Amino acid sequence: MAEWTYRLRRGPAYLALLRGQARSQASYRTSFVVDLVSNVGATVLDVLTVLVLFRVTRELGGFDRTEAMVMVGLSSAAFAAADLMVGNVESLRQYVRTGLLDAVLVRPLGALPQLLLMDLPLRKASRAVFGAGVLVVALATAELAWTPGRVALAVLTPLAGVVFFGAIFVATASLSFWWIDSGEVGAAFTYGGRDFTTYPMTVYSGWFRALFAYGMGFGFVSYYPALALLGRADPLGLPGWVGWVAPGVALPAAGLAAAVWRFGVRHYRSTGS
Amino acid sequence: MTATPPDAPVIETRDLRKEFVVRVRAGRFRRAKRVVGAVDGIDLTVRRGEMVGYIGPNGAGKSTTLKMLTGVLSPSSGRVRVCGLAPVAQRTRLALRIGVVFGQRSQLWWDLPLRDSFDLLRHVYRVPAAEHAARLRRCRAELDLDGFLDVPVRQLSLGQRMRGELTAALLHGPEVLFLDEPTIGLDVVSRQAVRGFLAELGAAGDTTLVLTTHDLADIERLCRRLVVIDHGRVVHDGSIEALHTRYGSRRQVVADLDEPLAEPPVLPGAPLLRTEADGRRLVFACESATASDVVAGLARVAALRDIAIVEPDIEEVVARLYRTPTPVDSGAVQECSITSTAKVPGASAS
Repeated sequence: MAEWTYRLRRGPAYLALLRGQARSQASYRTSFVVDLVSNVGATVLDVLTVLVLFRVTRELGGFDRTEAMVMVGLSSAAFAAADLMVGNVESLRQYVRTGLLDAVLVRPLGALPQLLLMDLPLRKASRAVFGAGVLVVALATAELAWTPGRVALAVLTPLAGVVFFGAIFVATASLSFWWIDSGEVGAAFTYGGRDFTTYPMTVYSGWFRALFAYGMGFGFVSYYPALALLGRADPLGLPGWVGWVAPGVALPAAGLAAAVWRFGVRHYRSTGS
Repeated sequence: MTATPPDAPVIETRDLRKEFVVRVRAGRFRRAKRVVGAVDGIDLTVRRGEMVGYIGPNGAGKSTTLKMLTGVLSPSSGRVRVCGLAPVAQRTRLALRIGVVFGQRSQLWWDLPLRDSFDLLRHVYRVPAAEHAARLRRCRAELDLDGFLDVPVRQLSLGQRMRGELTAALLHGPEVLFLDEPTIGLDVVSRQAVRGFLAELGAAGDTTLVLTTHDLADIERLCRRLVVIDHGRVVHDGSIEALHTRYGSRRQVVADLDEPLAEPPVLPGAPLLRTEADGRRLVFACESATASDVVAGLARVAALRDIAIVEPDIEEVVARLYRTPTPVDSGAVQECSITSTAKVPGASAS
């Protein structure tokens, strides 16, 4: 049997896991609703922070409010969706520490999809919807000169962003295969990365900007695409086509994250008994 | 999927090893690196339909072996095949053909009724509905599940949950069933239910069973073959009888006397093990002497009130086996290199 048909046949199995998760969460109905509402909070705060900044200044790193909001929108739409779908891979630490990953590994399904689907935090759905909403509003108020290319870019970039942030989540979570206390290190790159992409890159400087923006690729999922959408030249001097490279950064990142994950699973040590 | 020929071994390991690197404190900021051989060269061949008891003291490497057989852990070296597959490289294919009950790691959905878990597992393992229903019907009857099928797993007693776990592991009709301490913590009734069920499953002959346990009554009831490991090595592989013969476990003669003897009797080939009840009860071990030799010898020196002959106890044999010194080179901990690595807070060495 060809490998891909073999994998394809697992589809219903993953749906079953999702159904199980939905049913489990529904068994705690009240707290689910509370979670759903309170989860919007974090993303609202991100947006408010930027808006509050513009109460005290007219420009942020050379960009006005509507322009900065496009970056906020691209960042929060991508991050919130990735957080919904992949963010829970952080629970890997618990699975490794308690040896619960054993139970995941004896099932006839991929370990990563199982982990994501079994604990899919449906309560974060509200946040993802809000994040997408921020992007739509930001694009609408920025009064862009829409071309077919820019429409494609506006769709493609958040999707690439989801893949990119997802890869960061997986790669940093994989650290716990070797180092169980890796939680805060991971957060520096996931939540730190989100914060980095929320603001125009021009507000950062030096090695920090170079490392996050170019070394790790965070610059390519919100700042440069936003420039391309707004039709602005890069104050830092990169050419215009850089705004289109988000998928080209996201896919290798995903491949790398998958490799780290697979390598990590082989190094899983389980626990005594 | 390739079907394994009927006479091919279901499980085969050759020189299977698993080493863990652990870091131990060696001063305030120094950590010493040690390589611990948890499984230290195990050769095992299990054929279809066998029921194998896999026992050993805590830390002997039982669970580690089971985890390498089920694809959870990668071996450090050696060869391992289960159902003709490489467990780690072909993990998901193998998972469709084996069932696993790890006592502490539930396969059930914590917040859902058992019935829902079973239904979800049908999709996870892609079992045709009719087959699934037939197996579930059988488990419901034999494990008496009907009283708690609609109770969320988190509210089940340990005994009920374990019966649920067994069912969950069997619904896809596995060729091999691995059980890691399936009766640990169960009360007498649940324990007997689980044992009885496994005995029937094994008697049917098409499921291979490998179980680890500390409860030797499980083994006596279920397994004709006993594999004992200690320090990561096989120290016995054979029947329980063979174990008794090999380690000279002995029948005992318990003699109750009318009056205590002034001098404890000396019987050739049957040392006196202990004296109880102020000397009115004597316990002899039958080494080279037979039980009747002992009785006859005693009758010559004392007035006997009662005689009992006690069959060798497997617990005692195994306890002796664990105490048997292992060869020098198999010491589990080998100091490899001591490096002063940076202190890693909380890096647990489990």
